[in-house]
Amino acid sequence: MSDFSEELKGPVTDDEVETSVLTGAGMHFPWLQTYVETVAIGGKRKKDFAQTTSACLSFVQEALLKHQWQQAAEYMYSYFQTLEDSDSYKRQAAPEIIWKLGSEILFYHPKSNMETFNTFADRMKNIGVMNYLKISLQHALYLLHHGMLKDAKRNLSEAETWRHGENTSSRGILINLIQAYKGLLQYYTWSKKKMELSKLDKDDYAYNAVAQDVFNHSWKTSANISALIKIPGVWDPFVKSYVEMLEFYGDRDGAQEVLTNYAYDEKFPSNPNAHIYLYNFLKRQKAPRSKMISVLKILYQIVPSHKLMLEFHTLLRKSEKEEHHKLGLEVLFGVLDFAGCTKNITAWKYLAKYLKKTLMGNHLAWVQDEWNSRKNWWPSFHFSYFWAKSDWKEDTALACEKAFVAGLLLGKGCRYFRYILKQDHQILGKKIKRMKRSVKKYSIVNPRLSY
Amino acid sequence: MDLEEAEEFKERCSQCAAVSWGLTDEGKYYCTSCHNVTERSQEVINTDLIPNAQIKALNRGLKKKNNSEKGWDWYVCEGFQNILCQQAEALKNLGIGPELKNDVLHNFWKRYLQKSKQAYCKNPVYTTGRKPTVLEDNLSHSDWASEPELLSDVSCPPFLESGAESQSDIHTRKPFPISKASQSETSVCSGSLDGVEYSQRKEKGIVKMTVPQTLAFCYLSLLWQREAITLSDLLRFVEEDHIPYINAFQHFPEQMKLYGRDRGIFGIESWPDYEDIYKKTIEVGTFLDLPRFPDITKDCYLHPNILCMKYLMEVNLPDEMHNLTCHVVKMTGMGEVDFLTFDPIAKMAKTVKYDVQAVAIIVVVLKLLFLLDDNLEWSLSNLAEKHNEKNKKDKPWFDFRKWYQIMKKAFDEKKQKWEEARAKYLWKSEKPLYYSFVDKPVAYKKREMVVNLQKQFSTLVDSTATAGKKSPSSFQFNWTEEDTDRTCFHGHSLQGVLKEKGQSLLTKNSLYWLSTQKFCRCYCTHVTTYEESNYSLSYQFILNLFSFLLRIKTSLLHEEVSLVEKKLFEKKYSVTKKKSRSKKARRH
Repeated sequence: MSDFSEELKGPVTDDEVETSVLTGAGMHFPWLQTYVETVAIGGKRKKDFAQTTSACLSFVQEALLKHQWQQAAEYMYSYFQTLEDSDSYKRQAAPEIIWKLGSEILFYHPKSNMETFNTFADRMKNIGVMNYLKISLQHALYLLHHGMLKDAKRNLSEAETWRHGENTSSRGILINLIQAYKGLLQYYTWSKKKMELSKLDKDDYAYNAVAQDVFNHSWKTSANISALIKIPGVWDPFVKSYVEMLEFYGDRDGAQEVLTNYAYDEKFPSNPNAHIYLYNFLKRQKAPRSKMISVLKILYQIVPSHKLMLEFHTLLRKSEKEEHHKLGLEVLFGVLDFAGCTKNITAWKYLAKYLKKTLMGNHLAWVQDEWNSRKNWWPSFHFSYFWAKSDWKEDTALACEKAFVAGLLLGKGCRYFRYILKQDHQILGKKIKRMKRSVKKYSIVNPRLSY
Repeated sequence: MDLEEAEEFKERCSQCAAVSWGLTDEGKYYCTSCHNVTERSQEVINTDLIPNAQIKALNRGLKKKNNSEKGWDWYVCEGFQNILCQQAEALKNLGIGPELKNDVLHNFWKRYLQKSKQAYCKNPVYTTGRKPTVLEDNLSHSDWASEPELLSDVSCPPFLESGAESQSDIHTRKPFPISKASQSETSVCSGSLDGVEYSQRKEKGIVKMTVPQTLAFCYLSLLWQREAITLSDLLRFVEEDHIPYINAFQHFPEQMKLYGRDRGIFGIESWPDYEDIYKKTIEVGTFLDLPRFPDITKDCYLHPNILCMKYLMEVNLPDEMHNLTCHVVKMTGMGEVDFLTFDPIAKMAKTVKYDVQAVAIIVVVLKLLFLLDDNLEWSLSNLAEKHNEKNKKDKPWFDFRKWYQIMKKAFDEKKQKWEEARAKYLWKSEKPLYYSFVDKPVAYKKREMVVNLQKQFSTLVDSTATAGKKSPSSFQFNWTEEDTDRTCFHGHSLQGVLKEKGQSLLTKNSLYWLSTQKFCRCYCTHVTTYEESNYSLSYQFILNLFSFLLRIKTSLLHEEVSLVEKKLFEKKYSVTKKKSRSKKARRH
């Protein structure tokens, strides 16, 4: 919905923690709850208090949905009394509901301001011990959203040192998150300082002071972040900034270890970015080709349409192994399977060249392997008459490449190929002629000619 | 605690020679066996033991504070008395004569205390060796207490007159505090002296007082006085906060502390329910063994003819319908004094649900005129519409469709507002109720938190939107001739649906269907169940409209309609039980 509510949701793990706290089993069945409730009161009429407060809650939600902040605030005023509900289940669930709805109202209400939001957050933090950390974190995010970095940082520091109630595992993760966000804020200052540093001359009298500052920042940050990223989860921004700092101070092994762990640890959820970070890092380090290929191979399995796949193809093509050459073809076909890549001229150019090369290298079987599963739908997906016309109109170079591929795969009789051939183009004339010859020679439709 | 402190005092009692001392509120010793109070106070002894005067003063200060935290000693029945007093006061402010409070309700309550053996009798019910109740202690001197002449004109001391003050008098004068030590040690406790015991007490044949019962008392007194308030009005006033009910305990005197079991006794989280209070009224009436109530005659507000007029006006129906309702009342005998008057000592004590009955009569008349089968009422409306177009100068014929459209809109708006108001209702009192002293700070902290949050959000609320509560009125809708969007049908004529025959008028519609075919033969009060989808939409609408006005369940109104029909078509019922749904109504 909005930026802010996105932020409120937080990382995936956060939500999981939430539900498990509420039900204890990590599962939540609303219908079961109402059923249990009616059993508990022995079929008696629900108290009017319970009825009106639940009606009140739906009124708040409805008003929020319709962006009637004023009405929402009015109902919220009455909804606060659930904090005093004699039903302990409802009483315990209330602070979280109130915080979520209340912060939403205060975020949008025209009469609301930073001050009211802050007071509200501080109040809500101190209702019970269950919600302090979560609310502190979300409060900090709100402050960040408004550019109040200092206040956000202070908030996180306060939350970090807060010790009340039981130490549960969910709390541990929250503490780690809070520290990591603090680390992220420190990274932000650090990177600003680094920018300053890069602008300064080495002989500048201020250089040393700033450099010292930059250095001091880094170890605090790394301590804050490193704890979090060891826990399975998706921590992209944290990992990225952490690695950047490690690299800056020349700790390449450390950085590589973090990234390898992030990408390969099985406990972590599958995350394409992890592999991308690792690949980019290896690229910067000028790592051997085989290593990079193995990283991208995994990325290929997760996201076959990723733009790095073209780089992957180049790596494979340059490899000496034959199986890599076959994979190179597979990757190109894979990229073009996606609607988002249909106009990617590089991909088509690579495919045209590589098809020709493969066919020239007598690997017809490879091509047929790929083509068999696509011959049903590629013709209408890529090579229709409509596409021929519009491609030619938009980008003649692309149309040429595609026509060549179409010719190779479908033979010279295919509509796309014929349409492009018919177009009389001054500059491309020669190229088209060459293409025609190649098609005649190598097209898989008429294999006899290739021998 | 008190007992512990008193252990230092070892002298024999001057009256009974026992060595068993307790401490009074003032710090004086009293004998727990004969209640003799000595002149010796704790401080005197303490000075002997601890010569430091400052510590003594400190001691004293702490002790006082402790006492104020505990509050007075009070009994549960005094709590109810206070609530009744508040309610009577509120009724007086609504315009009910002062006799209701001073004579009627007061006497009912006294009678209740006597019947339930809580006061005004030789051996009050209080068990576990507790001494005579506060009430008897104080009132045994007044001449009517020993032999209450109920419902007589003897002018009574204004016992109920100023609840709070008179109670505080009772307590300051009370010489022997009953030690609470034994209670606070156990896990169950209460602020009142007998709260724990009261919540466990179950005695056959005694109607136990509850907060909803206070409304039964109020209604009984209103009925006795034949006041112009129906039960549904009373309950609506409660819902609209014109009569103290929910959180009535928060107006108890400061020193009457409530916690623990008192919470279950005085904390209320539901609005009163019509049927429940109705049942309780009969129960209380029977328990008090009250004589036959004053007659409900034709000029009483509760007489169906008058109530029908009121409800016809309320729902914007033509005045001419009143003739028909009067006719139905006459034919069914529902206007008879014996039928209408409440007589608790009669064999089968029952009182009439005056308001529900009046409304049911109107529904029956609507069925007689328009059949309400989702068909005839619309064709009659077409006729009326045509007639009205042609004769614009004449008195317009009543057009059911137009009425439906206007009422539907008004009803939906009212209901929406009602639902919103209910959702916004603030249930929690300023004085939070807690289970024990341990919970007290938590409860107060919660309360403070809620108040603070509300204060914060109140700045976000449009102040004009929440301006004040409605002033009480027995009408919920207001129809006037001037209002142009909301046509007033009071003056419209029924000519379109009636025809003359000889000297009498007949309904054009000669058909009728009964709301129920069968009545339960057993003794259950169930007449029939109301399954909405089995009935026509117009009938559903009319039931919904009226039951909303009375804040009752539609099924209850449906039941009452069936009962009226049973009386109206009594002969038919016995003869043609198995015949078809539609029946002829040749009554006019």
